[in-house]
Amino acid sequence: MHLSRGLGRSYGDSSLLAAGDTVALGTTLADRILAFDEATGLLRAEAGLCLAELNRLFLSRLWFTPVTPGTKFVTLGGMVASDVHGKNHHVSGTFGRHVQKLRIRAANGEIVDCSRTERPELFLATLGGMGLTGHILEVSVLLEKIPSPWIYTESYRISGFDELVERLKDAGKAWPFTVSWMDTVARGKNMGRGILYVGRWATAEEAPPGLPRPKPALTMPFSLPSGLLNRFTIGAFNELVYRSHFQLEKKGFVDPDKYFYPLDFIHHWNRGYGKRGVTQHQSVIPTESGAVGIRDMVETLARAGTASFLTIVKDCGAEGDGLLSFPRSGMSLALDLPIRDDTQQVVDRLNATVIEHGGRIYLTKDGLTRAEDYRTMDPRLPEFLRVRKEWDSDGQLRSAQSRRLFGE
Amino acid sequence: MKVVLMGGTRGMGRAVGRELCEKGAELFLLGIDHHDLEKSAADFEQRGGGKRRVAFAECDMEAPDKFAEALDRADHALGGFDTVVVTAGLFATQEVLEEDIAFTQRLLNVNFANTVLFCEHARKRLLARGGGTLCVFSSVAGDRGRKPVILYGASKAGLSAYLEGLDHKFRSQNLKTICIKPGFVKTSMTEGLKAPPFAGEPDGVARAVVKAIERGTPVRYTPLIWGVILMVIRLLPRFVMRRIGF
Repeated sequence: MHLSRGLGRSYGDSSLLAAGDTVALGTTLADRILAFDEATGLLRAEAGLCLAELNRLFLSRLWFTPVTPGTKFVTLGGMVASDVHGKNHHVSGTFGRHVQKLRIRAANGEIVDCSRTERPELFLATLGGMGLTGHILEVSVLLEKIPSPWIYTESYRISGFDELVERLKDAGKAWPFTVSWMDTVARGKNMGRGILYVGRWATAEEAPPGLPRPKPALTMPFSLPSGLLNRFTIGAFNELVYRSHFQLEKKGFVDPDKYFYPLDFIHHWNRGYGKRGVTQHQSVIPTESGAVGIRDMVETLARAGTASFLTIVKDCGAEGDGLLSFPRSGMSLALDLPIRDDTQQVVDRLNATVIEHGGRIYLTKDGLTRAEDYRTMDPRLPEFLRVRKEWDSDGQLRSAQSRRLFGE
Repeated sequence: MKVVLMGGTRGMGRAVGRELCEKGAELFLLGIDHHDLEKSAADFEQRGGGKRRVAFAECDMEAPDKFAEALDRADHALGGFDTVVVTAGLFATQEVLEEDIAFTQRLLNVNFANTVLFCEHARKRLLARGGGTLCVFSSVAGDRGRKPVILYGASKAGLSAYLEGLDHKFRSQNLKTICIKPGFVKTSMTEGLKAPPFAGEPDGVARAVVKAIERGTPVRYTPLIWGVILMVIRLLPRFVMRRIGF
C-alpha cells in the first residue's frame, strides 16, 4: 500500500497515487467515535470520521472542533495530514496544536502511538506530513466548548488594499475569527478592495433560540464549459459581490455551517470550472513584507490576463510545531485559478514572488509547484525527509505530490 | 425501544445501530470480536448523546449453541428487549463460492440455518412477553434464482421464505417480522465490486430500516428503486432469465 486518503478534498495531487502505483487505501469506513470526555473535551476517534458528522453530533452538545478548514467534507486524518488552519489561526493556531495523540500504522505494519512526549519526532512529522509518515488510524483531539451553536458576525466593505490589510490585522486583536475576501480584478484606486468578515461564537444570552436548521445543499449537475470563469466574468461577479454589500457594515447571527463552509452548499462546485478544472495557490508571506508580496501576486494575475474567482486574504499567527505545517506569522493569500494553458507559468511566477519575500506555499492546495522552488521555500524539508526515512526506510509511502516535490 | 443488534460493527449494521441510538433507542450489541464490539459500543454511546451506556457481548453466527446465552445476557442488560435486529451474514461472489466448497458450507449455514435458529430463540422470547419486532436482513438476491448470485441468493431465498411465514403466523400475536431486502449497498461487504447504478449508501438503508421497524412494514426494499427492479425481474419468463446475465 503506497498511500492512504480520506475524502480527497486537497486541491492538488497530494491524495493521488504516483504514476505506476495502483491501490490507495481509503479511510472513510473507519469513522467511529471511540471516546469523548465531557469534562475535558478530549475526543478520540478513528481517522476516517468526517468533520461534517463530528459537527452534526457535537454542535448540539455545545462542542466544536478547535480549528476548522473551509470545508466540512474532510476527515480527521486529513485534517492532521494537512495540519489545517482556519479563520481563527491568529489565536488558535492549526488543528495540530490541539491534537494530543495519534495512532499510526507505520510503513512496516507496526501500530504505534505518538504524541508530543511519546515518539515526538513521528508525531510532529505527521502533523502536516501529508500522510507520508504512515497510515493515521486514530486521532485524539481537544474539542472546544462553545457558549451557543450560533456565530455572531460583522462584515465591512473596504475600498482599497492597504486599508484591507490594516483592518484585517486590527480585527485580529478583537475577534477570534477573521478573514477577508478580495477583488483581484479591480485596478487603480479600487485595487484590493474587498470585504472583511469577523466573528465569534454568540453568547448563550444573545444567541437565537434552538439549533440552526440544516439547509438543503444544491448540486452543480454537470460541468460548465471551461473558460466560462474568466477575467471578465469574474470581474463582473466581484463587482456584484462588492456592490451587494451596499452597507458599509453588516452584523447578525449566522449558522456556523454558513459561516465556515459557504462553498459546501453547492456540491460539486468545482464543475463550475469545466472539465479543465481549477487549482489553488495558497501562500503565506512573512509579516514584514506580507502586503507588498500580496500586491505583487495580484499584479502577476493581471499581467497574465487571468483572475481568481474566490480570493481569500488572512493574517496568520505563529508557526505551529508540525514539521511541514503551512502557516507562519504573516499574511496568507489563497487564489482559485481556473486551469489554462499558461497556469504552470502563472504558478511559477507566483512562487517567484513567494520566494522573494521569504514565504511558502500550502502543499494541500498545490499541484504545480516545482521541486526546486519548494526546497527553496521550506528549509524544514530535510528534517522532515529524515524522519520520514526513519519510519519508512524502504520508501513505500508516496503520492503523486511527494514524487513531484520530494523526488519520491 | 430496547433493541438487540446482532451484527452492528460494520456496514449496514453499524449504520442501523447509529440511527437507532440517535433516535433514543437502548441498544445491546452482539458480534464476534471483543475489541471491535468495544469500539462500536463506544461509537453508539456517543451517537446517542453520550448519556446512555451501550453494552455488548460476543456472539458468533457460526456458534448456534451460544445464541440462547447471548440473548439472555442482552435481555438481562436491557431489562427485557422488545426488538431484535439481525444484520450478520456472509457474502462471496458466485465465482469464489463455486471454487470454495468449505466457504459455501459456512455461508449457507450462517445465512440460512443459523440465522433461522437465532430468530427462533429471539421469537420465543418476544412472544413470551406479548410480542415485539424481529427485523432481519435478507437480500434482493433471494427473490429469484439468478446467475451471479446462485448460492448466496439461495441462502437468502430460504431466509425470506422463513421470515414471511413467521410474519403470517405471529402478526396476530403482536410479533412483527420485518424482512429487509437491500439492493447493492456500498459497504465493506461489497468492497472491490463494481457498484451498479442505484447503489445505496448504508445511511440511507439505516433510515429506511428504522422507519420500517416503527411502522411494522413486513418487507422493505432499500433503496426503494430495487423493489421496482426486482418486480420486473420476478416477472421475466425463464427463457429470458436464462439468456441475460443479471
